Amino acid sequence: MSTATKELTKQEAFLTYLLRLADDRLILGQRNSEWCGHGPQLEEDLAIANISLDLIGHATALYEYAAEVEDEGHDEDHFAYFRDDREFTNLQLCELPKGDFGFTIARQFLFSAFSYFQYERLKEAQDEQFTGMVNKHLKEIKYHLRHSREWVLRLGDGTEESHNRIQESFDELWMYTDELFYMDEVDEWMIKEGLGVDSSEFKDEWKKLVEDTLTEATLTVPDWDQFMMSGSRKGIHTEHLGHMLAQMQFLRRSYPDAEWK
Amino acid sequence: MENQEKLDEFQARIDAGEKIEPKDWMPERYRQQLIRMMSQHAHSEIVGMLPEGNWIERAPSLKRKLVLLAKVQDEAGHGLYLYSATETLGIDRSELVDQYLYGNAKYSSIFNYPTMTYADICAIGWLVDGAAIVNQTMLARSSYGPYSRANVRICKEESFHKKQGYEMLAKMASGTPEQQKMAQDAVNRWWWPSLMMFGPHDSDSPNSAELIKWQVKLKTNDELRQHFVDRMVMEAEAIDVTLPDPDLTYNEETGHWDFGEIPWDEFWNVVKGNGIMNRDRMKARRSAHENGEWVREAAVEYARKKKLREEKAS
Repeated sequence: MSTATKELTKQEAFLTYLLRLADDRLILGQRNSEWCGHGPQLEEDLAIANISLDLIGHATALYEYAAEVEDEGHDEDHFAYFRDDREFTNLQLCELPKGDFGFTIARQFLFSAFSYFQYERLKEAQDEQFTGMVNKHLKEIKYHLRHSREWVLRLGDGTEESHNRIQESFDELWMYTDELFYMDEVDEWMIKEGLGVDSSEFKDEWKKLVEDTLTEATLTVPDWDQFMMSGSRKGIHTEHLGHMLAQMQFLRRSYPDAEWK
Repeated sequence: MENQEKLDEFQARIDAGEKIEPKDWMPERYRQQLIRMMSQHAHSEIVGMLPEGNWIERAPSLKRKLVLLAKVQDEAGHGLYLYSATETLGIDRSELVDQYLYGNAKYSSIFNYPTMTYADICAIGWLVDGAAIVNQTMLARSSYGPYSRANVRICKEESFHKKQGYEMLAKMASGTPEQQKMAQDAVNRWWWPSLMMFGPHDSDSPNSAELIKWQVKLKTNDELRQHFVDRMVMEAEAIDVTLPDPDLTYNEETGHWDFGEIPWDEFWNVVKGNGIMNRDRMKARRSAHENGEWVREAAVEYARKKKLREEKAS
């Protein structure tokens, strides 16, 4: 329960927990928004923009709550615009470049499937304000999961080219999946307080959904025992995040005293 | 056969204010004019996603990022139902898309201007969506039923976009000195192009008379433009931005605002493909289309296989 330097308080743990959830959604939403106007068909321009909108909307609500928990007079934008790479705790999975449409879909599927099981359990959290948010977002997460799962099937069991492309995307993404289930003292605190979930409880369910979907899509399930990346929850990232933040934050930071809401 | 009797009958329906529906008889020329206008409108919605999409990733607050994303998403939606409405005239969306990506079909020239600062996004919301609303409010009463209904729906969303752009522009115009400068600069650059959105003067607009006779359009380009100018003068005053036209004066006699000569050379130059962003816009849309081909093919192939499996199973 204790870190090497100091004892983690419940407030700090809850703040970190909320920021981890929020960072994942902001960074993935930001990444997906790059598709806007560049999708493979109009319907997908709409769908991906819609998913981005949901994700960034979820992040905004989580940051607002984080600001309340932190109680230092910050607002939601503080967390998005005035933190640097090392302070962002999003999964590396979320920050990777958008790749081709298949890569974007494969990543969304892995992430949305995880979010689905996670939020299904977060519904039970002992905090009404938090669960109000969770319930609202869960409806949208279900849509993201259905949309990305259907596209995994289409691309996997479509043409030879689409099959090969999305197989390659899953192969590439696999080493970033273990971090979804990373847990540390923050999670321990939250579980103890009835605010967080133990992700090891639904790891098998998540794996089964992923394996069943890939199998139905005639894809090969990559090796779960391969080398897996780690560190993002402690602020260790690929080089891609810094560039994304530079772009995302530049205007706000150039004129920090201006009103931009 | 397009005999005079049928044409007269058609004109009588139009004059009586009836809506023409897809299965009704219509002159071939009416159909062709509508296909041209409606698909051009659809293409404009799609290309219009690009200049605004340019600022989604850099929007200066989470709220503004969400507002912009929602707006660009709405535009994709408008494109989608305008294509569907055009398809009621017996032409495929894929053919229409090919016409603008690889053929002569046009989209609104306004989207060939660059969005250089975030204030451009606000100015677009106010001026470009403002001009579009003036045009589309008229088109919502157009004689062709599906087009009229599509515009009713579009207008509702566009009004919201305009309000958001105007509000943020107002905030910038009364914000820090840098914001004020940015806001005024954006208005300076977008004012004349937004006036050009109504098209050439009536005297140079070959299609107008016919479109008005058929009530596809209910007002001329110059009438719509004047209506827009009158409104914008008031709105500019209210938020303390200056419209970059020294000739703007209120005309007591007509009750309208007189304005200076529109830079038509620039207009025709951009129409001909020489705007700052013409090439980039087409390149972006073509590459989206071409890079998406394997995805569309996969969807078709998957649907085929699925149908085959279902047939076998039954």
